[in-house]
Amino acid sequence: MPAALVPTVRIQRPDFDVAAEIAGLAQGRADIGAVVTFSGLCRDEQGTLSALELEHYPGMAEAEIKRIAAEAVTRWPLQGLTVIHRHGKIRPGENIVLVVAASAHRQAAFEAADFLMDYLKSRAPFWKKEHRADGSEGGWVDAKDTDADAARRWQSSE
Amino acid sequence: MTTRLIYFAWVRERIGVPEEDVELPDGIDTVADLLRWLRSRGEEYEHALQYPDVIRVAINQEHVDHREKISGAREIALFPPMTGG
Repeated sequence: MPAALVPTVRIQRPDFDVAAEIAGLAQGRADIGAVVTFSGLCRDEQGTLSALELEHYPGMAEAEIKRIAAEAVTRWPLQGLTVIHRHGKIRPGENIVLVVAASAHRQAAFEAADFLMDYLKSRAPFWKKEHRADGSEGGWVDAKDTDADAARRWQSSE
Repeated sequence: MTTRLIYFAWVRERIGVPEEDVELPDGIDTVADLLRWLRSRGEEYEHALQYPDVIRVAINQEHVDHREKISGAREIALFPPMTGG
């Protein structure tokens, strides 16, 4: 019986290297058949946005993502799971979030990554504030009902 | 007992401080009671919490709903719906 997988969760200001994170999970192993990677980037919203400021709840942000990741590990046969979420000022084109899910087969890896993102959006304590390209004060980004609906679909599939 | 209240995003901006320590009066048993009591503390609190249904709450860094009892909470955070990812 292999030891239970402990997901890697990092909350950080600096950028991350997607290729290095994939290699960190998969290198030196022969049992992984599928690695699904999701990265979320900052959009410029048709040139109107100069940056996003990501506020977070230190301590809880990491704890909550660890709770979500631990649930993913119980629901899918994963061999690796890494979640990184950045905070601070992020410019258009830069990375915000990364999920890397590794499994023997693709379906578990796809589903786990999808689940992670849906839950992370509605439960991880981060808030985005816009900085506008014209220098005017941007507002806080509103939560979307579609994100909460997306998270709920994982509850009804039991 | 002293309870630390922590605010984030527009809740923090409207209240005007990121955190504060408060002595909760008797009779404040649930999260909903706490929100009602805070709204009575001044205009800035009323502005931040005027629609209590949208306010999300964490006790000791775990999500709770508004019916949750707050006895023994060291740290209660109030914030808007989350927009990470």
